Amino acid sequence: MSLTDNDVKNIAKLARLKLSDEQLPVYVDSLSKIFDFVAQLNAADTAAVEPMAHPLADQVQRMRPDEVLDTDQHAKYQRNAPRVEADLYLVPKVIE
Amino acid sequence: MTELHHLTLAELNEGLRARRFSSVELARHFLARIERLNPALNALITVTPEYALAAARRADELLASGEAGALAGLPLIHKDIFCTDGVLTTCGSRMLSNFVAPYDATIVEKLSQSGVVMLGKANMDEFAMGSSNETSFYGPVKNPWDLKKVPGGSSGGSAASVAARLAPVATATDTGGSIRQPAALTGLTGLKPTYGRVSRYGMIAFASSLDQAGTMTITAKDAAMVLRDMAGFDPRDSTSVDTPVPDYVAGLDRPLAGLKIGLLKEFFESGLEESTAKLIREALQVYERLGAKLIEVSLPNLPLSVPTYYVVAPAECSSNLSRFDGVRFGYRCENPQGLEDLYMRSRGEGFGAEVKRRIMTGTYVLSAGYYDAYYLRAQKVRRLITDDFARAFQQVDVLMGPTSPTPAFDIGAKVDDPITMYLNDIYTIGANLAGLPAMSIPCGTVGGLPVGLQIIGPHFAEAKLLNVAHGYQNETLWHRDIPKGYA
Amino acid sequence: MMSWETVIGLEIHAQLATRSKIFSSAATAYGAAPNAQANLVDLGYPGVLPVLNREAVRMAVKFGLAIGAQISPRSIFARKNYFYPDLPKGYQISQYEKPVVEKGSMQILLEDGSVKVIGITRAHLEEDAGKSLHEDFQGASGIDLNRAGTPLLEIVSEPDMRSAKEAVAYLKKIHTLVRYLEICDGNMQEGSFRCDANVSVRPQGQEKFGTRCEIKNLNSFRYIEKAINYEVARQIEEIEAGRSIKQETRLFDPDKGETRSLRSKEEANDYRYFPDPDLLPVVIEKDFIEGVRGTLPELPDQKAGRYVEKFGLSAYDAGVLTASREMGDFYEAVLASLKSKNLEGNEKLAANWTMGELSAALNKDGVEITGTRIDAARLAGLLARIADKTISGKIAKEVFEAMWSDGVDADAIIEAKGLKVITDTGAIEKTIDEVMAANPKQLADYRSGKDKLFGFFVGQVMKVTGGKADPAQVNELLKKKLAG
Repeated sequence: MSLTDNDVKNIAKLARLKLSDEQLPVYVDSLSKIFDFVAQLNAADTAAVEPMAHPLADQVQRMRPDEVLDTDQHAKYQRNAPRVEADLYLVPKVIE
Repeated sequence: MTELHHLTLAELNEGLRARRFSSVELARHFLARIERLNPALNALITVTPEYALAAARRADELLASGEAGALAGLPLIHKDIFCTDGVLTTCGSRMLSNFVAPYDATIVEKLSQSGVVMLGKANMDEFAMGSSNETSFYGPVKNPWDLKKVPGGSSGGSAASVAARLAPVATATDTGGSIRQPAALTGLTGLKPTYGRVSRYGMIAFASSLDQAGTMTITAKDAAMVLRDMAGFDPRDSTSVDTPVPDYVAGLDRPLAGLKIGLLKEFFESGLEESTAKLIREALQVYERLGAKLIEVSLPNLPLSVPTYYVVAPAECSSNLSRFDGVRFGYRCENPQGLEDLYMRSRGEGFGAEVKRRIMTGTYVLSAGYYDAYYLRAQKVRRLITDDFARAFQQVDVLMGPTSPTPAFDIGAKVDDPITMYLNDIYTIGANLAGLPAMSIPCGTVGGLPVGLQIIGPHFAEAKLLNVAHGYQNETLWHRDIPKGYA
Repeated sequence: MMSWETVIGLEIHAQLATRSKIFSSAATAYGAAPNAQANLVDLGYPGVLPVLNREAVRMAVKFGLAIGAQISPRSIFARKNYFYPDLPKGYQISQYEKPVVEKGSMQILLEDGSVKVIGITRAHLEEDAGKSLHEDFQGASGIDLNRAGTPLLEIVSEPDMRSAKEAVAYLKKIHTLVRYLEICDGNMQEGSFRCDANVSVRPQGQEKFGTRCEIKNLNSFRYIEKAINYEVARQIEEIEAGRSIKQETRLFDPDKGETRSLRSKEEANDYRYFPDPDLLPVVIEKDFIEGVRGTLPELPDQKAGRYVEKFGLSAYDAGVLTASREMGDFYEAVLASLKSKNLEGNEKLAANWTMGELSAALNKDGVEITGTRIDAARLAGLLARIADKTISGKIAKEVFEAMWSDGVDADAIIEAKGLKVITDTGAIEKTIDEVMAANPKQLADYRSGKDKLFGFFVGQVMKVTGGKADPAQVNELLKKKLAG
């Protein structure tokens, strides 16, 4: 399978990754090879097979009691934030 | 003369408890080695001497008072994928190059409670994506056996640290072979437990349904000691399994007579170098001498494990890594021109080439029109592979084969060819897809470079694997080899 | 001129009234300081993992049982991937292929009195996003993630509604139900109960659906009706002008009363849904379901049916009285109080007063039934005086007003103001004599055959007695006296 520049640009956009002009052909080439490689999966007969999302088949979701265990830690958590004002995380204006 | 760093974790533990040396002495000894040897190896991203000495002093007090935990005073290096409260946690990425975790991962917490002394954080492939430790933002890790060679990945820093005896043990993680392959390439004992055996809470996710934390040690006995305190149910991880943790150390010496070993036919077929194959066969002869029976088994779908993995893992990673957006933590680009620019550049600049490649692979296989052809199909093949393993374990107790098709390769040799790089994990990925416990133990050297024997067991058979590995290590000395210049 | 049919389906988001979030142990309380209730899981910190809140599942099951739906024995959480600043992980944990609730329905009462069944395709659990605040920051938006991770039940209807009125009727029924079930506080201002509408039009008689638009930001019943009506008119106008409808998301602007395009389908995100590997299949056992069933209250429709059948109320009245759990509770408390006074059989009287005078007074003061100034026992005290004929209905209204403003019991007011009905025959006869004497001309006219003047004399007698004379007695005595 051969991806085009545009295919890769669209994937990068969907994944929110800016690629430089030099990087683009490298990804076009390597991603094309990867999709060729994984196309081997078409050889398997999967007609009657249930997809497997988890390695431990018989495990089910555990549910926790409805309890509030947290206290306000925003000052600590916001120490890692690039931009904060009035305890809010700041981003360039969101246009709706 | 035997120096402290020649000793295994178990031996250090005995020495500590016999008061032959203190935890502070131990910490100082290894910190000094780190200072002297790490610059050439680049095995650690962060060294935490103050943290270590404080913990060591506490451990000495507890040892004196007799209230110490099982691992009290023993030095350890954490892979930098585990969140450590108040300590830089980078995951080998520029994206987290300024990230100080505000909490401890469950395993960090558990091991601290057991008394370990953290010396620092190990280098790794960026977000654990790599098989050579060349994708780290902090530069490649060198293999102590030959500084021109890779140590394997993604836990290359953990492996190089223990191989060079900068610490007797390091934590590591394994999504497609990231413990076992570097263990093999650096002559160590690497253990990846059953999926769900060790909590994933606080371990920065790569591929959630495959990631599992484990150990990088000198011996199987050391691995048993550490796993005993690392494993266990965690209510904060929904995929953590609520079954009791056995005493892995207690079962180490069980005789191996009658052990049924399955030889994975597929592992001996494609791409395996003859020199490596020969060492594996010799290791199997050791087991035969111990009374084990060798049975050839075939897992017909196993050859599809690499393509399956390279759909499932990137799909999960593409979603797991969406949280790195330059808003709440991590790298943010300079002067974003609007929201989209903030996202595109923070992520474009914050992630390295391989991480971006995997995110794009995953984004594509999940996108409209491709989901069924790639992701769903891969999930189905994953079941076929898992069923193959289950059938094999009806016949045999453990499966054996090589860990890696070749010994350590040159730094830079495979970086430009992702497929060749991905095929390094051809023997290790199956266990991740099926969630099985697996180990790699050293079984000889080729041209001065270590080779690993892989042992895979059924779910929750860690005790059996450790018993099998320990039995071999009682008969051989490969695991005691220390690379030249590090003895 | 072609005639058009409107087709509407609703997606309702009801915040579940749990104490903690759906996947974390942070509080869900409304109005906390910014980011004070966003913990590491809500913030999507590296390494953290979700654990499901049992109460959220219980509430979803409760809703499913109340709409006669199927409860999935095994349901799956999936990730919906998209980038937005109020979505910390870059994905929303939701349900896609296997929702917890499937295939239910809800009845609505149409204006003509007939009943219509609206299909409910599914109801699934998901996490709410945070909020972007667009004011106050020069060129920047501020993000508050307190709301992130609050459990939501998304209730998706079939495209079964054919007018804005039907849509509002359905929405109100769901609103009533979730509050009956005590799974959502229903507060639309605070965003606890929100709705998106999928609207399309098609020529009358055509089977195929037209292209639909999704209208977002509908946070009051009034807006929903306005927005849908605007959107329907817009679509018809477009089609009649020879243009086609673009499938898109539109935003309702309450200030302008318009909808405007937000993004087209082409620009829409490719959400890349896939099963969340951090969460395992949710298995709901029979015992769990039966346990929840045991906690179901009498549902609004059951209650309304009982009112119609047992009390003889109209379907409309029964609907009004059961529109909120509190209203029904109040009504039944009035009945219980009357019963304790041995005044059974006044269900219609109680219904009329609850829906009439009481509701009007509540509306005027802008309070809910829980804030009433006349409680059920005191209203029953007033109704008892009507029932035992101490006062007339007309006088009762006067008493009610005094009770509302002064907070006094009915009997005290009746006593103090001397409002008791006059039943003393002698007194009434005396008044009649006075009225006859004062109106000789009318008396003569009546006696010469102008029967219509009877009403005049009744009115005069009632006026003199201040409305307190028993009207039946007045009639009887007047007839006798006027006849001479």
